Amino acid sequence: MGPETLEALQKEAIEEVLEVYPAKAAKNRAKHLGVDSPEGVKGACDKTRSNKQTVPGVMSQRGCAYAGSKGVVWGPIKDMIHISHGPIGCGQYSRGGRRNYYIGTTGVDTFVTMNFSTDFTEKDIVFGGDTKLKKALTEIDELFPLNNGISIQSECPIGLIGDDIQAVAKVHKKESSKPTIAVSCEGFRGVSQSLGHHLANDAIRDEVMTDTSARSEFESTDYDVAIIGDYNIGGDAWATRILLEEIGLRVIAQWSGDATYKEMAIAPKAKLNLLHCYRSMNYISRHMEQEFNIPWMEYNFFGPSKTTESLRKIAEFFGKDIQDKAEAVIAKYTAMTDAVIAKYKPVLEGKKVMLYVGGLRPRHVIGAYEDLGMEVIGTGYEFAHGDDYKRTKEDIERSTLIYDDVNEYELEKFVHKLKPDLVAAGVKEKYVFQKMGLPFRQMHSWDYSGPYHGYDAFAVFAKDMDLAMNSPVWNHTKAPWEKEEVGA
Amino acid sequence: MQDVDKIVNGQKLFLKEEYQEVLANKKQFESSMGSINPAKVDEVQEWTKSWDYREKNLAREAITVNPAKACQPLGAIMAALGFENTMPYVHGSHGCVAYFRSYFTRHFKEPTPCVSDSMSESAAVFGGLSNMKDGLRNCNAMYKPDHIAVSTTCMAEVIGDDLNAFVVGAREDAEGELDNLPITYAHTPSFVGSHITGYDNMMKAMLEQLNPARSEKVVEEGRINIIPGFEPYLGSLAEVKEICAEFSDKIVMIGDHEAQWNTGAGEYQLYAGGTPLEVAKTAINAETTISLQKYSTVQTAKTIKNKWKQGYATCNPIGLAGTDEFVMKLAELTGKEVSDKLKSERAQLVDAMQDSYPYMHGKKVAIYGDPDFLLGMVSFLVEMGAIPTHVLCNNAPRKGWEEDMQAIIDKSQWAKDCQIWAGKDLWHLRSLLFTEPVDFMIGNVYGKELYRDTKTPLIRIGFPIFDRHHLHRYSMSGYKGALNLLTWITNGILDQLDEETKDIGETDYFFDAVR
Repeated sequence: MGPETLEALQKEAIEEVLEVYPAKAAKNRAKHLGVDSPEGVKGACDKTRSNKQTVPGVMSQRGCAYAGSKGVVWGPIKDMIHISHGPIGCGQYSRGGRRNYYIGTTGVDTFVTMNFSTDFTEKDIVFGGDTKLKKALTEIDELFPLNNGISIQSECPIGLIGDDIQAVAKVHKKESSKPTIAVSCEGFRGVSQSLGHHLANDAIRDEVMTDTSARSEFESTDYDVAIIGDYNIGGDAWATRILLEEIGLRVIAQWSGDATYKEMAIAPKAKLNLLHCYRSMNYISRHMEQEFNIPWMEYNFFGPSKTTESLRKIAEFFGKDIQDKAEAVIAKYTAMTDAVIAKYKPVLEGKKVMLYVGGLRPRHVIGAYEDLGMEVIGTGYEFAHGDDYKRTKEDIERSTLIYDDVNEYELEKFVHKLKPDLVAAGVKEKYVFQKMGLPFRQMHSWDYSGPYHGYDAFAVFAKDMDLAMNSPVWNHTKAPWEKEEVGA
Repeated sequence: MQDVDKIVNGQKLFLKEEYQEVLANKKQFESSMGSINPAKVDEVQEWTKSWDYREKNLAREAITVNPAKACQPLGAIMAALGFENTMPYVHGSHGCVAYFRSYFTRHFKEPTPCVSDSMSESAAVFGGLSNMKDGLRNCNAMYKPDHIAVSTTCMAEVIGDDLNAFVVGAREDAEGELDNLPITYAHTPSFVGSHITGYDNMMKAMLEQLNPARSEKVVEEGRINIIPGFEPYLGSLAEVKEICAEFSDKIVMIGDHEAQWNTGAGEYQLYAGGTPLEVAKTAINAETTISLQKYSTVQTAKTIKNKWKQGYATCNPIGLAGTDEFVMKLAELTGKEVSDKLKSERAQLVDAMQDSYPYMHGKKVAIYGDPDFLLGMVSFLVEMGAIPTHVLCNNAPRKGWEEDMQAIIDKSQWAKDCQIWAGKDLWHLRSLLFTEPVDFMIGNVYGKELYRDTKTPLIRIGFPIFDRHHLHRYSMSGYKGALNLLTWITNGILDQLDEETKDIGETDYFFDAVR
């Protein structure tokens, strides 16, 4: 397909989906959809409206502020207990679904995959839940004495009934001398997960960054860095750590996959903050820059091209020694990733991909696909802001359909029209497209595989994409009696 | 580094030496106990297995840890998806709906349609009326349902949105677009009950609002409604329908979500199967309604018995006695004899039970899950001679359930060895398993962590099951369903026996080719 035809088709696709909406909704949705190209005039990446209220009545794939705070930022901190404060559902639905890997003895000194809930009843709604919360904190300390702190993640009713969870946390912190942090991340706040990330970052800023006790004894080196915004899904952060250590840096903290409270608290001792998920953690990076003078740098560890580019950028910050080591490491792994590309490119080249994910992947993974000769023709975010779309412009390689907060109806129509060979999105979308006989990969959770960050992980990524694209199962969708006869 | 000829994912990648080094290096920056004081972790871990810990744990009042239950709207969505071309619509934040859809999708490996009207802060202040006005119109325009079933989240309930007034208001404003569209609604606050309460509330609301007043009731002779309840086993729905067909073609399922989560490859359809709306709208005309889950349909039963003045019965066709009771109920209501097909299925089941019982007899079992599921399953375990040592129900109803369960347990020759734990969670169960161990455990995916901690073999039956494929396609109801249960449990026990006897020259007495 030539570039002009592709662009025309993409524009047509947008016109078609807008036809079904009532006028008000159509007007709204039109601003979230567009087409952009790598160079030239301002396109959708510059103009797409984002971080706005979802149109009511549609199947949005978005989550809520609680999901952003508890599910993404706080939940993976392994040595703290995170209470889902309110009714039972939120804690149960967010239990163990994100594959934030960690090492520890679950239930004894680590707690990530557990659901701690104050399990509200009607009585708690009527009389308030502060007393129950206070008691819950005491019970936790008795039964889980090795917890290194507690966070209270509030669900919708908390803010609505006006409970003072901050006060309860403050008292408990004083009495137990353990960090006790209340986050007002009620699901109705904001328009998506995004505000939850921000609120979670603010709580870290106010409660963890101000705790100087952990870092008072810490001896730093000139090569200390912190990984920010990696949730260790399928072990991503570990696959990142190894490269940073190999080029001579010391990773003193990892936020927040497999993180401990102490790592978060010593992070201000880093010489450079390395930011992977910009959307969820730019806030705290900016704060550390302001407050502690720590510069931050975005990096992208998906695919060898981007990983190499990022490693060079990181090494440059530290000077010649690290740069030399980085080049050696790059050379060492490039031989391997070249072999991976040689193995898989022939069976993946030219395949068209449509993406729809969360914070950074709609742009960050484009390079990994392109390294394998695959072509990303559509991408969008569940909860991005304008700056995410501007950053996306740098990563698109061809005319690309851009869709913000795309709902299931629109995504299905886009796929029908553009006929990609692979859709890469979330679990709610997975079976919709597989039913059409379309290969699919879950890109929130790496479809129970991974890691996908770093060089070793690229091999996993390539292998998984081959598995997705070239399985014989996709040939069975049509029954033999439905297939057209050759020459008929 | 990866070997290109043998690329491994994280499962094996992180076992490589260089990664083990990375993981070890990281510990110097951690404060978590394991890295600074492994002995303390061992000490506390041992303490968590003790009677002392158990007592403290069971005394917990405020914090729930690892429960086996979810919240109301989840059940409301299942109820709604039991009807033809029906879109479940949740009045509240889309965050909740994202969770509900993911939860069902992970269990069924199928898409789950459901919309929300994306309430946020402005709705918290001004109420969600404008969300509903836009939402119903947008939903109707895009997804073209024949019926919208509205449930609520805790947010909408706390701010006190009036669904009746809102639906009326939305219709008035919709310029005629919603005029002929049935919109039913139920209040399903997440802070009351659990997912089975939500199923009940939505089912009751749909039946009341779709059906005419009692004065217009026209009894259809011989018609029997069957309400399945919150049933995560699609094969059970099929099995129940098959049994009913043996008796009469006037037995109809009300709320049949079998097809919705069992569509084939080829093309994607938003809606599939479900009770036709014409059948749903005449549910009042049946002579009798049978609910297969007493505690998932408490409120629904009130409507049927008290408002509709209809015959009402509950049956729980799990296991032999449960299925016998169901079959005899159908025979009684239809005046028809039990068919040869069912007789032979029963005989085959009993034959199989007699073949396999030695492996279940006297085995101690811990079992957890929904109230009706437990009544059926425990009944079956007792029939097999197993000992339901711990029966744990987080969402046990306040009235009646414990007595019902006790009555089943009393049929066991080991009744005094069985304990019922209402309102307890899986962290409680952990203590119970350490202090009073059992031979195996039956329950949903979350038992996996108990398996890791206590080494008690887990036989996965229940909801949700995310980590094994396609079990939900089978039946656990009827004689054939009981045969499935027997197969899963017996072979689970045999797997464990093989596991325990597999060490060459060490434990492999009884490592037999014949069982």
